[in-house]
Amino acid sequence: MIHSLFLINHLGDIFLEKHWKSVISRSVCDYFFEAREKAVDPENVPPVLQTPHHYLISIYRGKLFFLSVIQTEVPPLFVIEFLHRVADTFQDYFGGCSESVISDNVVIVYELLEEMLDNGFPLATESNVLKEMIRPPNILRSVVNTLTGTTVSAEIQGVIEACVKLSGMPDLTMSFMNPRLLDDVSFHPCVRFRRWESERILSFIPPDGNFTLMTYHISSQNLVAIPVYVKQSISFFEAGSCGRLDITIGPKQTMGKTVEDLKVTVHMPKAVLNANLTASQGNYTYDFTTKLLVWDIGKLNPQKLPNLRGSLSMQTGVPNPEENPSLNIDLKIQQLAISGLKVSRLDMYGETYKPFKGVKYVTKAGKFQVRT
Amino acid sequence: MSASSAFNDEKGGSSSVGEPEYGHDPASGGIFSSDYKRHDDLKEMLDSNKDSLKLEAMKRIVAMIARGKNASDLFPAVVKNVACKNIEVKKLVYVYLVRYAEEQQDLALLSISTFQRGLKDPNQLIRASALRVLSSIRVTIIVPIMMLAIKEAASDMSPYVRKTAAHAIPKLYSLDPEQKDQLIEVIEKLLADKTTLVAGSVVMAFEEVCPERIDLIHKNYRKLCNLLIDVEEWGQVVIINMLTRYARTQFLNPNINESLLEEGGSGDKTFYGSDEDEDEDEEEKEKKAEAAAMAKRKPYVMDPDHRLLLRNTKPLLQSRNAAVVMAVAQLYFHLAPKAEVGVIAKALVRLLRSHSEVQYVVLQNVATMSIKRRGMFEPYLKSFYIRSTDPTQIKVLKLEVLTNLANETNISTILREFQTYIKSMDKDFVAATIQAIGRCATNISEVRDTCLNGLVQLLSNRDELVVAESVVVIKKLLQMQPEKHSDIIKHMAKLTDNIQVPMARASILWLIGEYCEHVPKIAPDVLRKMAKSFTNEEDIVKLQIINLAAKLYLTNSKQTKLLTQYVLNLAKYDQNYDIRDRARFIRQLIVPTEKSGALSKYAKKLFLALKPAPILESPFKDRDHFQLGSLSHLLNAKAGGYQELPDWPEAAPDPSVRNVEVPEWTKCSSREKRKEKKVEKPFYTDSEGESGPTESADSESDSASGSESSSGSEESGSGSESEESKEASESEEEEEEEEEEQKKKKKKDLKKPVQESESEQSSEEEERKHQRKSKPRKSESESESDEDEESESESSQSESEDSESEAEVKKKKKVQTRTAEPKPPPKPLKKESKKEKKEMSLLDLDDFEPAPSPQVTPVNTFLSNSLVTDLEGLSLSDSVLSPATIAPSSTLKSYELLHRITGEGLSVEYCFSRQPFSPDANMVAVQMQFTNNASSDTKNLHIEDVKLQSGMRVKEFPEIELLPAGETATAVMGIDFCDSTQAANFQLCTHTRKFFVSIQPPVGELMRPVFLTENEFKKEQGQLMGMNEITEKLTLDVKCRNEHAIVQRVTTAANLSRVPCGSDKECRFAGRTVTSGSLVLVTVATKEEGAAQLTVNCEKMVIGTMLVKDILQALTQ
Repeated sequence: MIHSLFLINHLGDIFLEKHWKSVISRSVCDYFFEAREKAVDPENVPPVLQTPHHYLISIYRGKLFFLSVIQTEVPPLFVIEFLHRVADTFQDYFGGCSESVISDNVVIVYELLEEMLDNGFPLATESNVLKEMIRPPNILRSVVNTLTGTTVSAEIQGVIEACVKLSGMPDLTMSFMNPRLLDDVSFHPCVRFRRWESERILSFIPPDGNFTLMTYHISSQNLVAIPVYVKQSISFFEAGSCGRLDITIGPKQTMGKTVEDLKVTVHMPKAVLNANLTASQGNYTYDFTTKLLVWDIGKLNPQKLPNLRGSLSMQTGVPNPEENPSLNIDLKIQQLAISGLKVSRLDMYGETYKPFKGVKYVTKAGKFQVRT
Repeated sequence: MSASSAFNDEKGGSSSVGEPEYGHDPASGGIFSSDYKRHDDLKEMLDSNKDSLKLEAMKRIVAMIARGKNASDLFPAVVKNVACKNIEVKKLVYVYLVRYAEEQQDLALLSISTFQRGLKDPNQLIRASALRVLSSIRVTIIVPIMMLAIKEAASDMSPYVRKTAAHAIPKLYSLDPEQKDQLIEVIEKLLADKTTLVAGSVVMAFEEVCPERIDLIHKNYRKLCNLLIDVEEWGQVVIINMLTRYARTQFLNPNINESLLEEGGSGDKTFYGSDEDEDEDEEEKEKKAEAAAMAKRKPYVMDPDHRLLLRNTKPLLQSRNAAVVMAVAQLYFHLAPKAEVGVIAKALVRLLRSHSEVQYVVLQNVATMSIKRRGMFEPYLKSFYIRSTDPTQIKVLKLEVLTNLANETNISTILREFQTYIKSMDKDFVAATIQAIGRCATNISEVRDTCLNGLVQLLSNRDELVVAESVVVIKKLLQMQPEKHSDIIKHMAKLTDNIQVPMARASILWLIGEYCEHVPKIAPDVLRKMAKSFTNEEDIVKLQIINLAAKLYLTNSKQTKLLTQYVLNLAKYDQNYDIRDRARFIRQLIVPTEKSGALSKYAKKLFLALKPAPILESPFKDRDHFQLGSLSHLLNAKAGGYQELPDWPEAAPDPSVRNVEVPEWTKCSSREKRKEKKVEKPFYTDSEGESGPTESADSESDSASGSESSSGSEESGSGSESEESKEASESEEEEEEEEEEQKKKKKKDLKKPVQESESEQSSEEEERKHQRKSKPRKSESESESDEDEESESESSQSESEDSESEAEVKKKKKVQTRTAEPKPPPKPLKKESKKEKKEMSLLDLDDFEPAPSPQVTPVNTFLSNSLVTDLEGLSLSDSVLSPATIAPSSTLKSYELLHRITGEGLSVEYCFSRQPFSPDANMVAVQMQFTNNASSDTKNLHIEDVKLQSGMRVKEFPEIELLPAGETATAVMGIDFCDSTQAANFQLCTHTRKFFVSIQPPVGELMRPVFLTENEFKKEQGQLMGMNEITEKLTLDVKCRNEHAIVQRVTTAANLSRVPCGSDKECRFAGRTVTSGSLVLVTVATKEEGAAQLTVNCEKMVIGTMLVKDILQALTQ
């Protein structure tokens, strides 16, 4: 199973190592660095690498590489899933998963890793179990009994995230107004699957704290309209080595709710040197090195549609890009689950006190991409 | 960009990247001499009395370890604190010990006694952690102590400690492999553990220590299957992977028939089939044909244990853990019948929305699967479309999958998608797309020309890499039909001036050489240019220049002789020995000298032989010989410790090895009996003959638990493992169907899978089923009823030599006479049948050959007869099965007619058999059971002095002449209650006494089920509105909040049949009153929280009102 773990920052420094069996020299990571160098983008590093004596399985999370060393056959997904679980645990414990956070809490991190694997085999990976053994650094956690629903849309894929702070052994059931919408679901292990199969009710005894109760996918037949529309034109001129850009965004089917946190990201072709634009709302930045144009709009005002226009200066002597860049759009709509999924009710059995219940619907753009 | 360049600099500087950091670590002094000082103060802190100081010191030490710095010189100071009272300090000391004990073995021994003490601690957590640390310090001397500790912990009360013991096993094994035998004993013991906590860990230990000891699994197989859903996620993965291997050794290939047929059949079914099939040598074909014939002869029957595994893993496809989903997916891919594998596609597609690393692994597996089972992923084609933000490796894998999924129907969509990809900025990806187009073109001949044209257009692309890749792919495509495309070859010849990518240049040169007769004018010119630039070319281009020269020399020596010699001379002095060798070889071959006579004659044949067109294959082809989801599969190379996935056995090993407890055994033996019987009597063309005895065998063991328990398993999951799971596993196919149907069909399916499809209900048939449901149910003497049935079937068997249909008709009659004839069968026959049964079981014991039942073929022929006989056959066979399966014993309530004491030893009970009373269809059949508890015989049992309300009629049962002491008899009488619940009063007479008795029917028994479709139901309901409709709101009983329970309770309360219904919130039932035939329609609509609404529509308002009351009571209690 998992032999060792190395945490590596974006500069290629190993800042933490943990071994669950005999110690393996960190020189084993050289193979990884080689691949890292070849890949240019950190996302492009193959997650599984083979070296003469070991296999390296890594994930890239929050600008960090979690690199595990394997010696014998083990399902790669097993390791990948575990590494993500480690990252999730850090996130849960420290509210972040960056190098500085991990270095600041190195002893807790080490204890966590010790608890999560025994001899390379997962031992305790549930956040609530771990918290019983190893206390998180701050106990400043607001005590609210809310159940929050977040809907990630565009592909209509959603999650129900729960935050449960109930004492005793509450047995909860949650039902939906329209469970038929759900096409494909996966559950937290606490959910009783048979009950779902027979009655379409989520029945569970929740662990304490935050957890993802369920993720779901809405079948494409019920595809709900995308909440915004985009008018754009991007063109490059052969002659003057310049280009023009014009983007307008307007609301569509938002059911009276405001679109917030609107953001447009454009990956410009290499030849684009600089952008000289004016935004009617929000502000834009263009990063020369990454060729990333980010237009942060904020709230969408339906009366005055946000617009970004201007010219792009291009590198001279370089042929024009053949393909126009695609736009990535981020947005958020509060109080609206665009999938139409509605929680019908939440009941508690097994305990006598009256819990506080609440549902929050949020729609977020997932991978909303406009091909130009 | 900036990040990666900075990274590169860093990397370039030093080989071990960690070191430069050493200096600016706040905890370290930076210089080695000051290390001493620093460690001294740490030592001081560790020696102090204050826990806070100790803790602080330990934290700093652990931080050092975490950063990968050496803290081994602190070992003595740290190890002293192993017995520290402070739990925080202790934990950190343990962390230190585990890390350094291996290096300081002698000192580590000092700590052992603390752990040994810990092992005896009353607190389970302390015991567990002591064992954990003790087993983690890799010190060889303590192997015996570890062994002892593990053995002891394996029988600890606490499952958590036992789990820790399981974890310790592989640790000890890696420390000292000599201990294997002893460790296997511990594993064996822990495998028998029934807690979910231990299951995953011990299987992991099993996989690491003794994966080859598959025999250890047999006895635990069913338990593991049943525990699976409750085991923690990581354990699930390990168990599922292990069980996949296990199943491959123990069960038969469920696809044996299909796969052979498919392969033997036309090749166009498989993607790459057409080429392969031609190459296949005759012998192999013969073998396959033989095997296919074999398969035909021996129809496949799935082992119930195999079904159990598939059934119990399926819900885990919904797991949040990608590894679990993948494990189930691979299990289905490797073990499930082809028709069922499809369920995994959706789950795998779900994983594609997860982290990119997960996508990477999943796509690799999907790529492999999509070659074998393309249809499975076709509906999800769009999920594999590529986003510009995907990492390159994901893009390439998605392309792979799209290419695998391409077929005649979707190719245009896919090509359009590919066209977008070609414009991408990611050049590696564009290259992969071009190759994918090439593969589509070779595989789907319809689009070959379109693709070729598209690729030729790409030749004028600005990007050289695109052009180069296109050249390479075009070369492969042209090889298929070169004569048609000489203009393309000419076009490519022109490209040699511009293209610099060696592979592309080499490809063009090869093309020109190979097809020089198509371009006779251009070819020498190209050679001329190449000769000029020869010295500057890459090696692979040089080789092709030589190649081209040689070919031209052979076909057109007049123009090219000198050029060729020039090129060969250049090559002779090349730096690369490959090129020198090639030049030498070719010169000898083509230039005739006195020495080289023999071979040069054949030079033309050697060089210009017709070369087979390349097959553009998926790199994922045949990767499925590795277990999917494994590391080895991903790398396409065997990883260390990989366990091969065995091939299916030719014949299934003995399934009885998996039997365990006693009840399990009886259950199983009955199952086997069933199987054996099929072997014993292979010639029964109708299934009735065999299902009769089978049923009896079954119901013997079943009777206690009844079929109710099996249906209960739907909800209870893994309660009482052995029994219900088997029951349930049999019925797996019809999971989605209505529960009621399920129960009826259960047994039938097992035996006659072919008939299942046939049994789609015609209304006539449905009606029969409900009649069947009301088969005689002798309230207690279960066995008797069985035997009685058995004897029936036995006797009908004897007749079955006649022509089929005739036999069918006869049997039909027989059943009818049985229902009419209230007398129990004569006793001698009963004994006979008993004997018969005994003989059979003896045979069973002797015959252990696992026997796939050969009865399916006969059933097939049977089915090909006229539909009428089919239906008859079905209903007949089912009517024999029904009592145990359809109506759970609780359904038929029996009432007391005469108590033992008032009857002076004679007790009479009656029940409503719910069976049509054949002498008079308007009568309700009442089945009576007489028991003589007295010491003397009772004679001449009959009815007298019937007192009835007007209109009511009674058909008495024939007189029972003799009821010996201690015996029981049953009889059926018919009563026409005139659709009222008035009692029928009469006298029951024996030869000595008369008893006044009365029978009062519950309203639910005054009706018989009818079959309605949903539409008919709605139509009828629409006509029975207003006064005829009674609606009542109710709150369902807690135990009765699922469809199944509702159906069960309603049908128990009233003799109605279920009406199929599209909505899962409504249950509908229909019936007609027995006398007047008025329709009775019942609807139960469920809402949240157990609220429900009951609606009864009936012309007869009194009946309706009473029925509402009864059903209400049934549903709320």
